Amino acid sequence: MTAIDTPSAAPVESRRPDGPFRVALRMWRTRIGIVLLLLLVSIALFGPYFAPYGEQEFVGQPNTRHVPGTLLGTDYFGQDVVSRALYGGRSILILAVTSTALALAFGIAIGLVAAYNRGRLDDVLMRTMDISLAFPQLLLALVALTTIGPEPWLIVAIVAITTTPRIARITRGAAVPVVERDFVGAAEALGESRPRILWSELLPNVSGPLLVEANLRLTYSVGLIASLGFLGFATRVNAADWGLMVNENRIALSVQPWGTVLPAIAIALLTVGTGLIADGLSRASAGIDRAKGDQ
Amino acid sequence: MSDEITLDIRDLRIDVAETGNDIVDEVTLRIPRGQVLGLVGESGSGKTTVGLAVLGHARKGVAIAGGSIDINGHSLLAREAKELRSMRGSLVTYVPQDPSSSLNPALRIGTQILEVLEHHGFGRNQRERHERVEEVMAEVALPGVPEFLRRYPHQLSGGQQQRVGLAMAFACRPAVIVLDEPTTGLDVSTQSHVLATVRDLCHQHGVAALYVTHDLAVVANLADRVAVMYAGRIVEQGPTKDIFERAQHPYTRHLTAAAPDINSDEPVVGLRGRAPAPGKRPGGCSFALRCELATPECSASFPTEREVGNAHQVRCHHAGQPQHLTAVAPPALLRREGDDVALRISAVNAGYSGLQVVHDVSFDVPRGQCVALVGESGSGKTTLTRSVGGLHREWTGEILLEGTALEQSARDRPTAQRLSIQYVFQNPYSSLHPRRTVGESVGRPLRVAGASAREADLAAAEMLERVSLTAAYAHRYPDQLSGGERQRVAIARALVCKPSVLVCDEVTSALDVLVQAAVVELLVGLQRDLGLSMLFVTHNLPLVRSLAQQVVVLADGKVVEAGPTEQVLTRPEQAYTQRLLADTPSIAAALAGG
Repeated sequence: MTAIDTPSAAPVESRRPDGPFRVALRMWRTRIGIVLLLLLVSIALFGPYFAPYGEQEFVGQPNTRHVPGTLLGTDYFGQDVVSRALYGGRSILILAVTSTALALAFGIAIGLVAAYNRGRLDDVLMRTMDISLAFPQLLLALVALTTIGPEPWLIVAIVAITTTPRIARITRGAAVPVVERDFVGAAEALGESRPRILWSELLPNVSGPLLVEANLRLTYSVGLIASLGFLGFATRVNAADWGLMVNENRIALSVQPWGTVLPAIAIALLTVGTGLIADGLSRASAGIDRAKGDQ
Repeated sequence: MSDEITLDIRDLRIDVAETGNDIVDEVTLRIPRGQVLGLVGESGSGKTTVGLAVLGHARKGVAIAGGSIDINGHSLLAREAKELRSMRGSLVTYVPQDPSSSLNPALRIGTQILEVLEHHGFGRNQRERHERVEEVMAEVALPGVPEFLRRYPHQLSGGQQQRVGLAMAFACRPAVIVLDEPTTGLDVSTQSHVLATVRDLCHQHGVAALYVTHDLAVVANLADRVAVMYAGRIVEQGPTKDIFERAQHPYTRHLTAAAPDINSDEPVVGLRGRAPAPGKRPGGCSFALRCELATPECSASFPTEREVGNAHQVRCHHAGQPQHLTAVAPPALLRREGDDVALRISAVNAGYSGLQVVHDVSFDVPRGQCVALVGESGSGKTTLTRSVGGLHREWTGEILLEGTALEQSARDRPTAQRLSIQYVFQNPYSSLHPRRTVGESVGRPLRVAGASAREADLAAAEMLERVSLTAAYAHRYPDQLSGGERQRVAIARALVCKPSVLVCDEVTSALDVLVQAAVVELLVGLQRDLGLSMLFVTHNLPLVRSLAQQVVVLADGKVVEAGPTEQVLTRPEQAYTQRLLADTPSIAAALAGG
């Protein structure tokens, strides 16, 4: 028969289907989240270089609102509140990011293996995850920290271990329908190795929900580590730590609110920022707002 | 009685609400009482949109923009939402495509049918309604006994589920019924029974039916009139016999030439390209881009409707002009030396954790030939082919590729062996990695075999040309392609490492008839040019003739009949094959009988 040219054979600009991150970037909630996150991360990382006083420098009378040379007064120990706040973010952020990253690595690995292999291995892995989910996160952390002591590695380990099952479950849930799809079968028929199938066939196709989950877990980790700080598990003696600062200065809340309010605002903005990004990403990967692309 | 028009659609226009682009325009259809109108067209032609509009419904983001729909002389579009709701299910009803997802799995079927009657206040009391349930069950040839009515949808077969769907649609004695490809997922024998039920019910109870489908054989067997839709417009409509025997529009002729028929040894003819999408339709005739008869006149103006026969209308400037439709015939059956076997399946048993679905199956695929493995769903054909491809591990027996026995799992086979059996999957929408370009996907087998990225790209580009795409496709992503284009990509991926056996698992069942014909043409060409040996799995018996030299009929996991295509399809020896052939809807037989 006469070959009739496909109308669509005309050059079409080739574009990768927009990933969830790109779609999310079109939403204001994500943009605001990113601005907040960047702001708080830069304060936490670079704050110490701009601090007018040292982390533990005594500058005046304790719990005083107006001390000459300070912006917002002194805390319970006579240290500069602003300087303490600028110092206090680094540890919390590093601990939260490290533990979330660890949890992601383990959780994704467990979830993908469970989804791909199904059967007994799946049962064993996922029931173990379910059991570990039953432990209250904070309680477990408190028990471990009181027995062993407030070591940074221990905080990271505890937060990572308690976060892993949640990520594993999300990953497995997202990966099961992908495993059923034929391109995975095509890869198997080519004899691609199991790790390669997990890495290059499954992982790219579950990235949407995982991005959401990563952000959500980061938000919770910040909260958890701040709570541990508040409960007194600082990793160094008298170190500045947002969570700990809230606790140290809460007695003087009525006389010198800044000592409590400033770190509390910092924690709040950090979690709201990551939360907004998570929300944007989840909307993007669920396909909501895809058409409108705004708001 | 046949003069009384029950459903009257005039100049219907349906738009995308936001852009105002027409999905459907200038649709005029009339269905007299008790008649069935078949609305055919490829996917995206707007046929389902018209079907839903008859219920006064438009999908989200879509609006009925003009024209009128009258049922028994009463306008439908002017009604309030509440009125429309009470009308749906009683005055006009709908039978959806997939019965397994349209029935509520948590409710007993009796309850579901009763619910329809209760909702529309059918009958005076509960007793009358119960009586009607039993009556309508008898009408759709299902037992109306309480034990049966207490079943849940999952306890029924696909055909029974669709009958329950029909019972719900016919329960309130509607005036109009819209059927949207209700037999697509069913086996041929189940399909033929369901079709007979639909036809009888419509004729007996004087229901006007709009039957939306892309399956011409079904339409030929069922419909009184046929309307052909292309790119949102009716291009031709007329009595069924006229449409099939004296088609005037080039598109209609392509449709009939693409439909495989069990009683005809004409190979199918495909049509390249795809219908223009709403908003991208050209000014003139929307078929002009794919039409052999197109002249400048065609792109200048959309032809108006012309009467070309008894109640037979067509919209084409060149209606009735001779048209050249030739097909590629499959290579003839080659008699070769007995040992020239590409793939030998010998005493294979396969199953799933204890449940055996393939029993002692043996047959050969001779080199350079295509063997069609035919069977109804559940016959074990997919399990068998997945075993051949190494995707299913629980099998015993021997599968020999070029005389070498294969391991159970693809993973345990040597690379060379894995590459020389290639598998093309049924669903092109799930067989391509969505985040890889077409080029990456096609080149993947070579990359796995250790080729460099450059070599793989070159081979992929060459192979894309081979399957009648262009190398420019290499940079696209699967979501930018149509179903037919995706299936071509999947075939290119299977061919890129020069396999000796190609296993095609229902590769055309997710595709429209024109696209299916084009894919079959491609496979026939490949078989001829490359000397490919193929195992072609299908439930579509008529298609076999256009493609295969030999047929193996599988039922309940056993081979019931095997032999050269012509012999099996014209002189079947086994009762099972004979029944399968008899149940397969045929255009030629329907026209001869009618």
